Amino acid sequence: MTGLRRAGPSGLLIECADGAAVESWRAELWRRREAGQLAAAEIVPGARSVLIDGLADPAATAVAIAAWPPPPAAGPASGPLVEIPVRFDGEDLPAVAELWAIPVPEAARRLCATELRVAFCGFAPGFAYLTGLPARWAVPRLDTPRARVPAGSVALAGEYAGIYPSGSPGGWRLVGRTEVTLFDLDRDPPALLAPGTRVRLVER
Amino acid sequence: MIEVRRAGALTTVQDLGRPGYAHLGVPRSGALDPPALTLANRLVGNAPGAAALEITATGCAIRLRRAAAVAVTGAYAEVRVDGRAAQFAAPLSLPAGTTVDVGPARAGVRSYLAVGGGLAVAPVLGSRSTDTLSGLGPAPLRDGDVLPLGTPERFPAADFAPWRPPAGDLLLAVRFGPRADWFTDDARGTLLSTEYKISPMSNRVGARLSGARLGRARGGELPSEGLVLGAVQVPAAGEPLIFLADHPTTGGYPVIAVVEDVTPLAQAGPGTAVRFREVGGPVR
Repeated sequence: MTGLRRAGPSGLLIECADGAAVESWRAELWRRREAGQLAAAEIVPGARSVLIDGLADPAATAVAIAAWPPPPAAGPASGPLVEIPVRFDGEDLPAVAELWAIPVPEAARRLCATELRVAFCGFAPGFAYLTGLPARWAVPRLDTPRARVPAGSVALAGEYAGIYPSGSPGGWRLVGRTEVTLFDLDRDPPALLAPGTRVRLVER
Repeated sequence: MIEVRRAGALTTVQDLGRPGYAHLGVPRSGALDPPALTLANRLVGNAPGAAALEITATGCAIRLRRAAAVAVTGAYAEVRVDGRAAQFAAPLSLPAGTTVDVGPARAGVRSYLAVGGGLAVAPVLGSRSTDTLSGLGPAPLRDGDVLPLGTPERFPAADFAPWRPPAGDLLLAVRFGPRADWFTDDARGTLLSTEYKISPMSNRVGARLSGARLGRARGGELPSEGLVLGAVQVPAAGEPLIFLADHPTTGGYPVIAVVEDVTPLAQAGPGTAVRFREVGGPVR
C-alpha cells in the first residue's frame, strides 16, 4: 500500500504500487470480508488501487487497515483458471503483429503462451481487464474507435487484453473472437472473468 | 397487471438497485430519489424497496387490470384518475380498469408511482431496476407494455404523507478526495466558491454541471479506479459532473470530491443552481 485515501461518506481507496499489489490487496480484502472481519458493500479493484465502499465508519476502518500486516503476495497459481478458446482472425491482428515485429501466427501463439489474470472489471458488466502481457508488448488504442464491436471479440489496448462481453462501441485492437459467454445472468457469479481469475487463451 | 397507456419521455422500473456487483462492472442503479420511492411504497403497503415506476419530467399514464392501491410521490405532478383530479402523495384505492395519469413534473424532475404488490418484472441480479448505462433490467417503458404486479402484503400503512417541494437552489456537502491533489489550489477554491448550473445533458448516469472549469495540478492519465456514488469527476474539458445511480463502476478521470448525499440532484432540473460546501477533514 502506498496510500489510503478517503472516497466519500462511506469509502476508502487503497493505493497500490503496481498491479501485483492490487491483486494481493483485493484477495486479502475479499478474504477478510468472507471471514467477517470487514463489513463492506463493495470491494472494487482498479488498475493501481482497490476501492472499499459501503463502510459504516471509514475512518475507523482506515485505522484498522493501517495496523494490518502487509497482505501476502498473490501466488502464480492462486485463483481459478479459465481457458478461453479463441479463433485468431481479428481485423487488427496483422497490425498487432507488425507492432510486435513478428509474423501473424507467431502473434497468436504469443498471446496463447502468456498466462493472463483479471486485474479488474469495468466499461461494461463482465468486461475484464486482463494483465500479464509484458509492458514492451503494449499496443496503442485505435485512433478512431469502432462504432460496433461484436460480443466475444478478443482485443488489446495498452498493457491490457480484454474480451467484449456484449456488442458495443470500442477502441481496442481486435485480435480474435470467442464463442464463450462472458456474462450470464443465470450464473453465479454472472461474470466468467471475475477479478483474480487466471485466464489462458487457447487457439482453435 | 398494469398497461402502459402513455410511457412519457423516460419512465423506468426502479427499486433500490443492485449493489454488490461493482467489482464485475455492474452499476448500482436503483431509484435516483430513494426516499420518494420508499414513501410511495409505504403509502400502498409495500415493502420499502418494492419496484415502482420512476417517471421523468413528462409524466406517464397507466391502466390497472386489477383493483390496486396506487400512490404518486417525488416530483410534484397533477394526478388524474379516470380524468378526475386525485391526491398526490396519498394512497388511492382504485378498482380494476382505472386509468392513472401522472402529469408533467411541476416541481422536481422524477415522480414515483407505486402500486400495491409492487411491479413484479423478473429481477436481474437481485434487482428489478432499469440500468440505463449497461442495459440490465427491464427496458424503459413503451406505450402498450404490460407489467405484472405482485401480491399485496398489507393494507396501506398511512393515508397521507406531508410533502415538501424540492429545494430550488442546491447547497451540496462535499468531501474532497480521493484525487483532490490532482487539482490546483485554485480549482479546489473555485469548486467551493462559484455557482454551477445543472446542464440539460444530465441523466441517470450523472448530473453534468456547467460553470467554472477546474484546472489540473498535474497532467497524465489516472489509472482506472473504482468510483463511488456522488463522485465529482472532472473530465479533460474541466467541467465537473456528479455521478448518480447508473454511474460506471470504474473510471480514469480524477475525482476531486464526493457529494455526501446525491438525493436532491434527483429532483434538480436543468438550470438549477448548485453550490458546494466542504465537510470532513484534510484532503488525504
